[in-house]
Formats: sequence, structure tokens, C-alpha cells
Amino acid sequence: MCGIVGIYLKSKKYESSLGNMLSNMLINMGSRGPDSAGFAIYKEDEEENFKYSLCLNGYDFEKFKKEIVNKITISNIGKNSDHVIMKSKSQPSDVIEILNKNFKEISIVGYGKSIEIFKQVGEPKDVVKKFNLVNFSGTHAIGHTRMATESAITTDGSHPYSTGEDECLVHNGSLSNHNNLRRKLKKNGINFNSENDTEVAAGYISNNLSNKESLKDTLKKCLKDLDGFYTFITGTRKGFAVLRDEIACKPAVIAENDDYVAIASEFQAMAHLPNVNNANIFEPEPGVVYSWGN
Amino acid sequence: MELDLKKLKLREVNNKLQNLDHKQNQRDFTITNPEGNHAICAGLTEEMNVTIKGHVGYYCAGMNQKAKITIDGNVGTGVAENMMSGIVHVKGNASQSAGATAHGGLLIIDGDASSRCGISMKGVDIIVKGSVGHMSGFMSQSGNLIVCGDAGEALGDSLYETNIYIKGNVKSLGADCVEKKMDKNHVKKLNKFLKEAKIKNLKAKNFKRYGSARKLYNFKIDNIANY
Repeated sequence: MCGIVGIYLKSKKYESSLGNMLSNMLINMGSRGPDSAGFAIYKEDEEENFKYSLCLNGYDFEKFKKEIVNKITISNIGKNSDHVIMKSKSQPSDVIEILNKNFKEISIVGYGKSIEIFKQVGEPKDVVKKFNLVNFSGTHAIGHTRMATESAITTDGSHPYSTGEDECLVHNGSLSNHNNLRRKLKKNGINFNSENDTEVAAGYISNNLSNKESLKDTLKKCLKDLDGFYTFITGTRKGFAVLRDEIACKPAVIAENDDYVAIASEFQAMAHLPNVNNANIFEPEPGVVYSWGN
Repeated sequence: MELDLKKLKLREVNNKLQNLDHKQNQRDFTITNPEGNHAICAGLTEEMNVTIKGHVGYYCAGMNQKAKITIDGNVGTGVAENMMSGIVHVKGNASQSAGATAHGGLLIIDGDASSRCGISMKGVDIIVKGSVGHMSGFMSQSGNLIVCGDAGEALGDSLYETNIYIKGNVKSLGADCVEKKMDKNHVKKLNKFLKEAKIKNLKAKNFKRYGSARKLYNFKIDNIANY
């Protein structure tokens, strides 16, 4: 099963309530995925810092803070439950190397100029409460509730997966050729932190985007190279895109009006959004890439 | 009688409709605030009129017998699945597997239906005023599937004795599904359905009929390569 949700705001009207909107969607999709939940929320940093979303995995925050300032110039650092958002103007390649070398316990959940990612095991209603999602604002966001199938219930096994700057992916479905594909992508220098199939799809997309392919072309290539069932929502700095495989066993509903585009596995997740009953409601067609903001 | 799903639990509403109080002569119901809930009006067994005001989730009006259920909105997966009799009328669009395995009754969809509409249907009549998605009528056994718009890929794949009528384009036919001749009886029968669904702008003779070539019914050694 698994539930996926996303909101892209077309106007500024709902920016301050984006977290609240997404939170209700994730709680509703708890029925499709009670094992873990996660969300990526996009908000441009005013000072153009890179934002690093980190999961402490039990590492002491104060200790981390003391140690990291000696290694990187930090503009701002804040804790949210067991996650940390660290802002810095240093280049991601340097920062990631330092983090990986010195803080092996800490995992890098994602980074970019806009994205912040939080994910954790537990019921979606508890996870959104833990990270206080209702108070977040932003321009667009995607989220996931997981019913674990092919890999363990861990933070690393939770979505969204981010394998590139400001990129992330949530997935409802399962892939069957992910082991082969992972081996190929590793040769191209893509790093993986889990045994999860979705992380491979995220890596595949990042790899193609870094080869200067457009998001639309990259997703179209998924139809050829990824074997399995999927509805994907892939987030980028500017917006998000949606793709369903050609068999289309995995559901998705989109509601679009002048203010926002919302997507969810089931309509009930969006039933509480403002004016949704007057929105244009449709199912994304199989094998067709839908994209907003990109 | 109004049944508000914001005030009543889904089970309370379904329970009431599944076990009508015969002391009261109440056979007309309106369900408000469905908010995409699943299995609304599943398992009704008596004659009554129910109107649902809004969009619903999966398996709405499943296993219906005798009741007339109108949905003033879109429906999720498997509307009227395994319906035995009665009428289910969707005023919006339907998600996949509409009317799946249904044995009887009439399912009318004013908008489009997505993939696998009428999958394994066993006697139901389905009228879609818009288009249907891929693999519609898959392994369907009997009944009529009428589509006023277009049909997606692999229409009627591995079907048995269902009659499929399509007004628009068919992207591709599935295994063992072929176009068949429309004779007078078919035109007459189709006209009856169009009238029933209040479709006035289309003529039965302009539809194309599809059915089984009956080549997959029995094992043939010549087909061994296909297994």
C-alpha cells in the first residue's frame, strides 16, 4: 500500500498554512501506511544558504553543535525533535564529506537551497506531531506514509528519499529491478544509504538530472528503465511532478484550482482542503508525466 | 431523510440502510459530507433511493441489490463492484475497476471511467457517457458495456460473451477481442440502453460492436507458444 500526498501552491494565499494542510493529508493517509511517515517542505532560504536536513540517530545535539562549528562556517542551526536543520554557505560537496567523515552516526536526510526533510518511524499522526508540521510554511511540499514491504521499518527506509540537491521522491508501489540498477548507479558515483527500492529510483532520477536531462525526459525514461509498480511524486526546488506506471495499479487523484494543486493516493486525504469540492478533480493518466512549477 | 457523515459514523449510516426499519415508510435518503469515505452504501439489499452529495472513495454501492444509488460527484476504485441488481448512477468520473465482477443491474457513469472498467463483469449493464481507460472489459463474461467516448488500450482482453459497444475510437483491442457486425437486434437493444440513460444526441447505429472471437475458450496445441 503506502500513501503519498503533495501540495503545490499557485498563489501566496496558503503559504503560511501549507504545513497544516499537509499534516491533515498525512494523518488521513495513516490508513495506507502506519509504519513510518515523512515529508519534504520547500521554502527558499532568504539568505541563500544551503540547508542540510540531518537525523541525529541518538547523537547529542549540543555535542554536535560544538564540534561542527570548528569544521564548517554555520549561519544557523536548529533542532526539531531528532532532526537538525543546519544552514551554511559552504559548498555541499565539502560539507557532506566532513559530515560523513566525522559524524558517522548522523544521517544526511537531504540538502538544498529550499528543501527541508523530516522522516521517522511511527504512525503518521505521531510523526507529524513530533516535528510540529502544522506550524511549517512554504511554497510546496510532498509527503509519504509507509506500509513497509521490501525493506525494514527504519528511518533510512522511510520516504521521502533525497539523492540530489533540492530533489526528493516519494513512491507508492514496488520496483523489481532495483538491485541491478543500484549496481549500475553506484558505478556512476551515486551513494545509497539503504536497501530500499525507492532510493534507487531517486538515485536514477538524480543521475539523469545531473546529466542535464530535463525532469520530464527523466521521468519518461523511468517508464523504460524501472520495472515495477509505481506512482511517483518527485519534488524539485521549483515544484513537483507526478508519474504513474503504464499498468497503473497504484492510485492517485489530483485536485487543481486557482490556488493550489493537490495530489493524494485517495480523495479522502484532500477532502478537508479549502474549496476542494469546486476544484478540477482528475486521475493522472498512466505513463503520462504531469508537472507543476518546473 | 438526511444522513450526515460529519455527524454519523459510516457504520451507522450503512447499518441503517442495510437494515431498513419497516415500521417507518422511509425509502428516500440523502447522504451528505461523504468526504471520500470508502464503502458508502455497500451491501444494500432493498428497494430505496439514496443520493450521495459529494465525492466518495472505494467500493461505493458494492454488492448492491435493488437499491437506486446516485452519486453527485466522483467515485473511487470499484464502484458497484459485484452489484447484483438495482441502479447505480455516477454523475462525475469513476476511478478504475468500475462495475467489477457485477452480476446484474445497471451502472451509469456520466463522466469518464479509468482503467479496467467492467473487469470480469458477469451480467451487469454499464453505460459510460465519457471514455474508458485501458483493459476495460478484461475477462468480462456477460452483460453489456456501452461507451459513448473512446476506449483505451487492450479493450476486451480475454473476454467471453460480453457485448461491448463503443462510439469513439479504440486505441487497441485485447487478445481474442474482435469487431463484430451490428445487426438490427443489436441496434434495437442499444437504443433501449441509450434511452434509459437519457442519451439523446447519439444514434445506436453509429456505434461499433466488439465481442469474443472465441479462440481462447479451449486449449489448442497450436497456441502453445502463447502460454
